[in-house]
Amino acid sequence: MRTIRGGHLLTLEGVDRVQVVDVLDTAESFVEVHHRTIRKVPALTGRVVASLFFEESTRTRLSFETAAKRLSADVISLAVAASSVKKGESLRDTISTIEALGLDAVVLRHRSSGASEQVARFVPHVHVINAGDGQHQHPTQGLLDAFTVRQVLAERRGTTGRESGAELFDGLRVLIVGDVLHSRVARSDIAVYRALGANVRVVGPGTLVPRELTEWGVEVSYDLDESLEWAQVIGLLRLQSERGSGEFVPSLGEFATHYGLTSARLTTLDPRTLVMHPGPMNRGVEIDNAVADSAHSLVTRQVANGVPVRMAVLYLTVAGGDGR
Amino acid sequence: MSRYVLRGGVVVGPTEARRADVLVDEGRIISVGTDLDVGRAEELDCTGAWVGPAYVDLHSHLREPGAEAAETIHSGARAGVRGGYGALVAMPNTEPALDSVSLVRDVLERGRSSALDVAVCAAITVGRRGERLAPLGDLAALGVRLFSDDGTGVANPLVMRRALEYARPLGVRLAQHCEDASLCAGGVMNEGEWSRRLGLGGRPAIAEEIMVARDLDLLRLTGGRLHLLHLSTARAVGLALAARAEGLDVTFEVTPHHLVLDESACAAYDPIMKVHPPLRAASDVAALGELLRQGRLDAVATDHAPHAPETKDQPFDEAPAGMLGLEHAASVVHEVLGANRPLDLFRVL
Repeated sequence: MRTIRGGHLLTLEGVDRVQVVDVLDTAESFVEVHHRTIRKVPALTGRVVASLFFEESTRTRLSFETAAKRLSADVISLAVAASSVKKGESLRDTISTIEALGLDAVVLRHRSSGASEQVARFVPHVHVINAGDGQHQHPTQGLLDAFTVRQVLAERRGTTGRESGAELFDGLRVLIVGDVLHSRVARSDIAVYRALGANVRVVGPGTLVPRELTEWGVEVSYDLDESLEWAQVIGLLRLQSERGSGEFVPSLGEFATHYGLTSARLTTLDPRTLVMHPGPMNRGVEIDNAVADSAHSLVTRQVANGVPVRMAVLYLTVAGGDGR
Repeated sequence: MSRYVLRGGVVVGPTEARRADVLVDEGRIISVGTDLDVGRAEELDCTGAWVGPAYVDLHSHLREPGAEAAETIHSGARAGVRGGYGALVAMPNTEPALDSVSLVRDVLERGRSSALDVAVCAAITVGRRGERLAPLGDLAALGVRLFSDDGTGVANPLVMRRALEYARPLGVRLAQHCEDASLCAGGVMNEGEWSRRLGLGGRPAIAEEIMVARDLDLLRLTGGRLHLLHLSTARAVGLALAARAEGLDVTFEVTPHHLVLDESACAAYDPIMKVHPPLRAASDVAALGELLRQGRLDAVATDHAPHAPETKDQPFDEAPAGMLGLEHAASVVHEVLGANRPLDLFRVL
């Protein structure tokens, strides 16, 4: 990954430790904005950020828009449901229309892998931030997951994330569970955790965890219970039945039995094990209620941390990180 | 320029290439030789050039009728002339499909006023739906020698068997698009390390190889003639060569793009690189090049498949499949063959 300062954020593939720590440290400095009386900094005053969501999303869109507003940017929000893009209108047409409005940055969510890469080629002078493209990448999710893990581990040590750098990730055992094949979150998480020095393992049914995934530098396992014992951090993935993942397993019930983090499995976890989920959760499929609401769960923190991490990404790309 | 002489080139024939001049009068070659006494004729300096028969493309999508914004018979023919072609075969996956005497006659008629010779490959089944046989007998009587549902294969083995049996006594050849559709479901590029990394659905090599193996087995059962379109994996070509060694009447072609581009070309999500069958692993590209250099490929056919530019401005997974070929096929073959292989170049083109 090229440095995101003054550029785009399209993927975390190939990202290095220094680049990740740069974003995490910047995000940490934005956390306190949330506790101010006036929750705003003037970093992007006069800049225009468009959030273009060609695919349904509530959490990510709100998180980005909140982040942009806290940086004092002007935000144009366009929720383009897939159906409303006129048939025959190309992706390029849609972007040129939006571009005519004079944008500094586009936050793009699209159902097709590679869409943000293509848009960055169409409008190279606009900063493009990938808010999730098909089954490819979801870079800000990966960054906020790493930010959340660092924050919690640092707190346990009585230090701050910034002071700890990437040290807390050295040899950290991270397990990613479920529909890895179709998951953009998994691809971004694996890239970011590996860049920070963690050991990553993926586990799930044979159809959703191809044995070839070792090519990503991860361990591949099909034994959830043994993997739960191994793991210090567990990242659950949404079973993407809307993308046809349902055809990859005999039934949701069988998936839950073999690869769901059930309340029965919860009792076997080490009390320090962290459980994460990018949302929206299929409760009763990949995660049981009891797990989602347990002390292991970082789900709420992940949502909260989305804002400072996205502030950092917008700030570093659009303002280039200068003149703060 | 009714009388002219091509002077100073290397004339390429089926068995040898040698320095010679060629005298042409009223569109006919009058004589070939050195130090020709040509009388009054325009001189065309061909020093450093190969002079040979125009190429024939077995596989061009001319898009007419139905998608004239992408290509027409006349524009496709001009592209062919630019690329050195003198004849091409128009594929039947137009809208409507070329599955009837009247449609085929119309395309042949338009072809006659184009810049080169246009032959038609007609559909095997009505509407290319893979269900009911198109009027192969009537079309054969019209002069059609090649039939294909190209764009998709004939998925149902019983339909393919009947087509082979029906075609055999007509003396015509069936051309199969070899990709098992169910194994390619949701696929937009070669299945492998790149598709997994890019988050794009895969079309595995095995989908092609299974279809090739099935059709060769059917051909062994039925007899007749089969042509395998755009083979893209080393193993698929190996199956075809082995079947022919065994005595089956099977021919095959490889495209220029499968000779030089591998799956990593999809990394930038540029839909120009989206083709069916997909750009394959680098090892397949290397193997096809080696087969070409060994003289073991029957033909290089372009699968020239234009689309209107705006349709390629879509996301990779939504864009239509197909790339151009007529204008650069000869350069590609030349590059892959290596320098000074004129006989091989004219043989596969």
